[in-house]
Amino acid sequence: MAGIRLAVPSSATKGEIIEIKALIQHAMESGFRRGSRGEVIPRDIITRFECRYNGALVFAADFHPAIAANPLMTFHALADKSGVFDFTWTDQAGQVWHDSAEITVT
Amino acid sequence: MAATSGVVFVSALPMRAAASEVDLIAARTKLFGNRTITEGRVTLELPPIAENGHSVPLKVEVDSPMTEADYVKQIAILSPRNPLPLIGQFHLTPQSGRALVSTRIRMSGTQAIQAVAEMSDGSLWSGSMETVVTLAACVVL
Repeated sequence: MAGIRLAVPSSATKGEIIEIKALIQHAMESGFRRGSRGEVIPRDIITRFECRYNGALVFAADFHPAIAANPLMTFHALADKSGVFDFTWTDQAGQVWHDSAEITVT
Repeated sequence: MAATSGVVFVSALPMRAAASEVDLIAARTKLFGNRTITEGRVTLELPPIAENGHSVPLKVEVDSPMTEADYVKQIAILSPRNPLPLIGQFHLTPQSGRALVSTRIRMSGTQAIQAVAEMSDGSLWSGSMETVVTLAACVVL
């Protein structure tokens, strides 16, 4: 269900600082909204985002209800070896979404 | 004839729980204790006017060499007016290379968003930016 879009450069020179963008489609229901009958719409959010580079954690974020729907994270990484960037999103119920991107470092 | 003047007390306190500056400080203390926070080294970028509080672009940069010896460990984004004062936390590593992060946040009204950065040496730095929100996300946040 969840649509993931990643922007990771496919190649970089050794020592280059690259920009990474990661987006996941998610309503990030805040728990503060009310439905048409006045009932509270229960909270349903992604709480954790992690990016690993060849297995080592590069960047992580804790999301709270004030992170907008379809959370987009832009951050950086120091490219020093070819390999894989792994991205995981975990919601409050423990459901996990995963995607990855490869990079060639010369 | 005794006329009793009826005094009617109307309790019509709004039910919306919005955070205040006090809640922001409480949330900040929960994260960092009573350690000294110095203003500076943190640059927050938000639009001066946001037409829609549902999605406001936020960019935060911390002045740091981002080496093994000296890097930004964490950046916390705090609000003095949203229902919950803590918006998000970003955790960085020396492998991040550069302490520049952006995302999109919800804002329930005009306020000064604050960012606090925790360095690897334990020092804390902060920056803030005021944004006027025309359509608040408060009602429907």
